[in-house]
Amino acid sequence: MTQITVKVNGKVHSHEVEPRTLLAHYLRENLSLTGTHIGCDTSSCGSCTIHMDGMAVKSCSILAVQADGCEITTIEGLATDGQLHPVQEGFKECHGLQCGFCTTGMIMTAVDLLNQNPNPSESDIRHGLEGNFCRCTGYHNIVRSVQWAAEAMNKEVLIE
Amino acid sequence: MTDCVNDRTGMVYEYFNHSSNQPLLHPHSGAPGIRHIIKKIIHSFYHRTGDPVTLSNINIMSNNNYIGQSVKRVEDKRFITGKGRYTDDIKLVGMTYASFVRSPYAHAKVLSIDSTEAQEMPGVVAIFTGDDIKASGIGGVPTGWVINFRNGDTMKEPPHPLLIATGSTAKHIGDPVAVVIAETYAQAVDAAEAVTVEWDDLGAVTDAFKATQEGATLVHEDVPGNLAFDWELGNPIGEVDEAIEASAHVTTLEFVNQRMVPNAIEPRAYIGHFDEATDKYTLYTSTQNPHLIRLLMCAFVLGIPEHKVRVLGPDVGGGFGSKIFHYTEEALVTWASQKIKRPIKWTETRSEAFMLDAHGRDHVSKAEMGFDAEGNVKALRIKTYANLGAYLSTFGPVVPTFLHGTLLQGLYTTPKIHIELYGVFTHTVAVDAYRGAGRPEATYLLERLMDLAALEMGRDPVELRKQNFIPAFDGVEQPGYQTQVALQYDSGNYHGVLDRGVEMLDYANFRKEQKEAAKNGKLLGVGFSTYIEACGIAPSAVVGSLGARAGLYESAQVRVQPTGKVSVYTGSHSHGQGHETTFAQIIADKFGIPMEDVDIVHGDSDAVAFGMGTYGSRSLAVGGSAIVKSIDKVLEKGAKIAAHKLECAADDLEFAEGKWTVKGTDKSISFGDVALTAYIPHVYPAGLEPGMDFSSFYDPANFTYPFGCHIAVVEVDKETGKVKLKRFIAVDDVGNVINPMIVDGQIHGGLAQGIGQALLEGAIYDENGQLTNGSYMDYAMPRADDLPMFELDRQVTPCPHNPLGVKGAGEAGCIGSTPAVVNAVIDALWSGGHQVKDILMPMTGERVWRAMQSS
Repeated sequence: MTQITVKVNGKVHSHEVEPRTLLAHYLRENLSLTGTHIGCDTSSCGSCTIHMDGMAVKSCSILAVQADGCEITTIEGLATDGQLHPVQEGFKECHGLQCGFCTTGMIMTAVDLLNQNPNPSESDIRHGLEGNFCRCTGYHNIVRSVQWAAEAMNKEVLIE
Repeated sequence: MTDCVNDRTGMVYEYFNHSSNQPLLHPHSGAPGIRHIIKKIIHSFYHRTGDPVTLSNINIMSNNNYIGQSVKRVEDKRFITGKGRYTDDIKLVGMTYASFVRSPYAHAKVLSIDSTEAQEMPGVVAIFTGDDIKASGIGGVPTGWVINFRNGDTMKEPPHPLLIATGSTAKHIGDPVAVVIAETYAQAVDAAEAVTVEWDDLGAVTDAFKATQEGATLVHEDVPGNLAFDWELGNPIGEVDEAIEASAHVTTLEFVNQRMVPNAIEPRAYIGHFDEATDKYTLYTSTQNPHLIRLLMCAFVLGIPEHKVRVLGPDVGGGFGSKIFHYTEEALVTWASQKIKRPIKWTETRSEAFMLDAHGRDHVSKAEMGFDAEGNVKALRIKTYANLGAYLSTFGPVVPTFLHGTLLQGLYTTPKIHIELYGVFTHTVAVDAYRGAGRPEATYLLERLMDLAALEMGRDPVELRKQNFIPAFDGVEQPGYQTQVALQYDSGNYHGVLDRGVEMLDYANFRKEQKEAAKNGKLLGVGFSTYIEACGIAPSAVVGSLGARAGLYESAQVRVQPTGKVSVYTGSHSHGQGHETTFAQIIADKFGIPMEDVDIVHGDSDAVAFGMGTYGSRSLAVGGSAIVKSIDKVLEKGAKIAAHKLECAADDLEFAEGKWTVKGTDKSISFGDVALTAYIPHVYPAGLEPGMDFSSFYDPANFTYPFGCHIAVVEVDKETGKVKLKRFIAVDDVGNVINPMIVDGQIHGGLAQGIGQALLEGAIYDENGQLTNGSYMDYAMPRADDLPMFELDRQVTPCPHNPLGVKGAGEAGCIGSTPAVVNAVIDALWSGGHQVKDILMPMTGERVWRAMQSS
C-alpha cells in the first residue's frame, strides 16, 4: 500500500491505496464522490472526466498514486458556495442532459474547453467534446448548452 | 360475423366478412390463424375490454400554464451537480462484491470447475458454481412472450440457467460458470481469475441464415435446425404471389439489418440484499421496469415470496431497451445474498456489457415490392431470418414478429402483404428490443425499397410516395385505417409531414445543386424515409391473444396531501425521459396548482403498487393516461366536498384555476381547502370517505401510431468513399406534445442512434463466435463531431383513443432515420453514375469506395 495526499474540491485527504487503484475508483470508493462515473474500461467514454491541476483529464486513465500532491476538482466541487458554474446552468437551460450519466464528465470537459477557448465555434465545441460519449442527446443540446455558457461567461467578463 | 371494418375499400370489408363459427383457433395455425388474429384485434376495438374511447382529449391542449410549455427539467439539479444516485453509487453496510467466471468460448462443454485455489485467496467470502445452482433446483430466466410455429407446434424454449453446470455447455461468449464474492471488488476479480475451468470447445454458428442450414452446429441439442419458431403474417401467400407476378415492375432487395449494441453509457449494476432480521429481500437494479423484474424473479426464477421482495430502480444511466430484460445476474446476486446473509454488488465492465447486454436488430431479409405500370404498390413479399441469440430474452420472440411484421403496411395502401419469418438460435448473446424494436427493421425495409424503386423506375421518390400514401384520417370522423398486417392505425396525415420535410429541404434547389456538384466531381445525395410506428404498447387483451405472458397497462396513484401538495406514484420509470417534469406539468395544470407542489415517485416497488415500466414509447400514452384517470377521480370527489361546503349541487360547480366556483357567482373554494377538508372532515358530505388518494390502472384501447418524414443530405468523397452527413431534417407527428423541449431531446437521441447504425455501428462475431469489436475502442458510435445540428419540425394529429391525445416520441428518431441516410448515399452514387443497389451497413468509407469501383 502507498500513502497519498490529495487536495480534492479544496479539502486535503490522505489515504493508503493499492498501487493499482485508479484515480476514478479512489474518488468514488475512498472519498464517496460518486458524481464521477465509470462508463467503460478503455478510457474512451469520458464519463470520468475531472480537473487535475486545472486540466480536464479522464480519471480512469490515471493511477491514484499519480495524483499524490495534486489539486483535483470534481463535479461536486464545480459550483462555488451554492452558485452553479455557467456550464452547469447551460446544461439545465438548454436540456443538455437526459439520463445524466455522461453529464458530469461532459460538463468538466466543457469547462476546460471554455477556459482554453472562450469563443468557440460550433465545430470547436464538437471537436472539444469528441472524447465524451453521450447516447441520449445526439449532442445537439449539449452543443447549445456550451454555447449558452460561453455567452453567459463572456457577458460576466463585460460586467466586471 | 359482419364486422364492418373499412367499407371504403370493399375488398377489406369482404375479407373479414366470412362467418366463422370454428372453435377458437390456435392463433398461429396456418393462414386461417392470421385472419383469426386480425378478427380478435378488430373484435377488441368494437367490443372494448379496455378503456372507453375518449374524445375529450382534443381540448387537452387549451388554456394551460404548463402543458405544451418547454418547462426546464426538475431532475437536472441532481445530475448537473454530481448528486445523481445510480446503482453503482450505492454502498450498504457489510456489502460484498461479485465477479463472474465466464466462458471464453462461444460453444463449449464444461468438463470441470476447480475453485479450491480461489477459495483461499484474500477476502473471498463465497464461490458459487453452476453445480450449486443445479443442486439448489432454482430455474433459469424465462421469456415473456410465446410465438408458436405456423403448424401450431409450441415455441422452443430452452432453459437459461443462472450459471452453467459441469457437463452442460456454454452457449455464447461470456456465458457465466461461476461467481466469486469477496470483501472488495479487486479481490473478487483476482479470485475469479484463479478459478480454473476445463472446456471442450465444440465450434459455433453465429449467422441466422447459416444456423438453419443442413449440418449447422446445434445451439440446443433438442432444437432441430436451431429454429425457435417459424411465423407468418399478412394476406395468404398465394394472393401475394399472384400480385407479385402481375406487377409491371418488382424491386427486389436482399439485405442485412446488422446487429446493434445499445450501449447505454451506464453499465448494468445490481445490489442484492437479504435482510436476515425481516426475511426480506431488496434488489437495487439498473432496470427500466422494477415491478416486471420482481414478478419474473420471484415467480419464475427464485420462487421467493413477492410480498417480501422490494425492487428499486434508482437513477438509471440510459437503457434504450437493453435494461428491460430480466438478466441472470439480477437473480444471482439476490439468491447469493440470502446464502451469505450480506449484500452483494455486481457492476458490469464495458467489455462484459458488449458480451452480455441484449443486442438489437440482426435480420437477414429478402424483400420484393411489386408496382403496376402507373407506380402503384400492388404487393410486398418478405422472407426474414431473425437472429434470437442463444437464449430467448424477455421480449425476444415478439420483436421480429408482432413488433415488426405488423408495420409492413407502412404509410402505403399496399393491398397484398406477406412476411415469412424464422426465429433462429445462434451462439451469440440474446437479441431483444433496442430502441424501436422491430419497427426500425420494418421501416428500413419499406423505405429502402421505395427509394430504390424510384431510382429503378426513373420516378421521383417524393411523388412515388405521395401516390401510394394512405389518405388522411382523424380516427374520429373517419375510421382508423385497417392494415393487411393486423393493426388498425388510429389517425394520420402522412402527406403533411412529407410536404413539410420537402419544404424545409428546399428540394428543387437541392436537385439543381446536386447536378451542378456532379459536374465537377462532387457527389451529393438526398434520402427520404416516411415512417410509421406502433407505440403506446399495448392493449392487454390484444397482446395476450398474440402470445404475451403479461398485460401491458400502466398504473398511477395520485395522493393529495392534507396541505394540498400532491404525490404521484407512477409505474413508469424515468431514466432520461424527464417524467418527473412532464408528469408534474399535467398534474399541476389539471389541479391548477404550481409544479413545485407536485412530486413524481417512480422506480420503487414498495412505493408504487405495480407498473409495467418504460419502453415502446409508452410512458405518456399509457402511464400519463393512468395519471389522468386518477386525476379525474380526485376532481370528482373534490366536487362533492366543494358542493357540500358551498351548499350547492355538484353540477352547479365548475373547476378552473385551482378552485371550484359556483357557476355565475364568485363563491368558490380552493383545491387546497377541499384537500384539507378531506383530511379534517368536520363539515363533510354524509357517507363520503375522508382522504383524497386514488389509484388507477389504464389499459389502452389500441396502439398509438406516431409517424413522420426524415430526410438526410450527404456528401460522398469520391477518393475515399467517406460519407459526410451534411443535413438531417425530421418532421415528426407524435400527437399532442406536453413538453416540446423534452420531445425534441428524445428525437435528437433517436436520430443519433439511427444515423449511427447507417454510418458507424455494428457488432461483429467471427466464425468462432468471438465478438471481435467488443469495446469502445473497436465498436464505433457517433461522437459530437460526427453529427450536424438537427433540423426538426412537428405536425400534430392527436391520438383519438387516450385522454392526453399523445402518441409517444421515445423511438421515432431511431425508427425513421437509418434508411434516410442509406438512401442518401445510394442517391449520391447514382448522381455520379454509379448505379449501386445496396451497401452493407455501417457504410464505412471502404465499403462505399468498393461499391463505386464495382458499378
